[in-house]
Amino acid sequence: MARNNRDLTLTESLKILREVRTDEVVITAMGAAREWMTLGTHPLDFVFVPSSMGQATSLGLGMALAQPNRGIVVCNGDGSTLMNLGSLITITAHAPKNLTLITLDNGVYEVTGAQETVASRHRRANRGDIDLGAIARACGFESVYAFDDSESWASEVRHVVDEPGPTFVLLKVPPVPGAVGPKSPGPAPERARQFMQAIASN
Amino acid sequence: MFTGEQIVELLVELNITHVVYLPDSTLGQWNDALHAASELDVIQVCREGEAWAVAAGLYLGGATPLVMIQCTGLFESGDALRNAVHDFQLPLFAIVGYRSYLNQETLPGDTCLKFTEPILKAWDLDYRLITSPEQLNEIRSHYAACRSSGKPGVALLAEGRA
Repeated sequence: MARNNRDLTLTESLKILREVRTDEVVITAMGAAREWMTLGTHPLDFVFVPSSMGQATSLGLGMALAQPNRGIVVCNGDGSTLMNLGSLITITAHAPKNLTLITLDNGVYEVTGAQETVASRHRRANRGDIDLGAIARACGFESVYAFDDSESWASEVRHVVDEPGPTFVLLKVPPVPGAVGPKSPGPAPERARQFMQAIASN
Repeated sequence: MFTGEQIVELLVELNITHVVYLPDSTLGQWNDALHAASELDVIQVCREGEAWAVAAGLYLGGATPLVMIQCTGLFESGDALRNAVHDFQLPLFAIVGYRSYLNQETLPGDTCLKFTEPILKAWDLDYRLITSPEQLNEIRSHYAACRSSGKPGVALLAEGRA
């Protein structure tokens, strides 16, 4: 599909991932969960709603260690990543090759009304944004990617997910105006049971 | 109270696959034995909130994890455990060190003694207080009861000096 190199949005980022997704587990949280759910369903989707904000990366680490032969992809926001930066070090300490963290970086807490995070230049006296990719590298990630256009993301996504990890991907996207928090797609305990059945049988 | 070898033997007997862990001065004495146990994978975290989410992911992925943290880490990790054991109703089990319970020499008036058990009750976690070496079997039986009922649980392990 031809893509405009200026159209990397949250939804477009996830559509591109969905186009190449095969049998990976995809964990989504916050705004990524909201948009991912609009694109369809899959037995190996784990919609982390309700969540403990920031813990999607840790959840993904646990799944990656329990399922070492299956790709685990976590789609998380920058605000969530900031809440659990230590998990990046935990992940590289245990170094699961099958884990890909995708951070959709819009610089704001989108679902609470788009307030800037403290990593945003607007909260840092315009000293510039904090580079989460550089943080990931400093935390021990050897595979770190950053994309801000859909053409590049689309051309690299399969390679990025297939590459031995742990892998950190930073996607720069604009906030979604007026966005709200994700709605739970159903009772969480039942979804957990269904997910466990799916992962055991797929 | 227990040696690392005793704890490893117990966890192996309980078919624990992963210990998600942050040491304190008591739990840390088991560190070498835990890491030496070929039957257990030790997942050390940076902060205790991570531990519940890592354990949740392990459980969802088909493993049998155990969380091992101090009570101060329990305080820190409330939202993560709430999400795992109440929102998603995952029957996670933890060994939680009860700081200063046996000895307040280092921290006289340690407020861990005031808050630990009320907080476990507030989070609706079924716990057993372990205060003597003779209670190793109580950890075993409480774990078994929690597993069979599909409920989370805690062995609250009395500790000495902080």
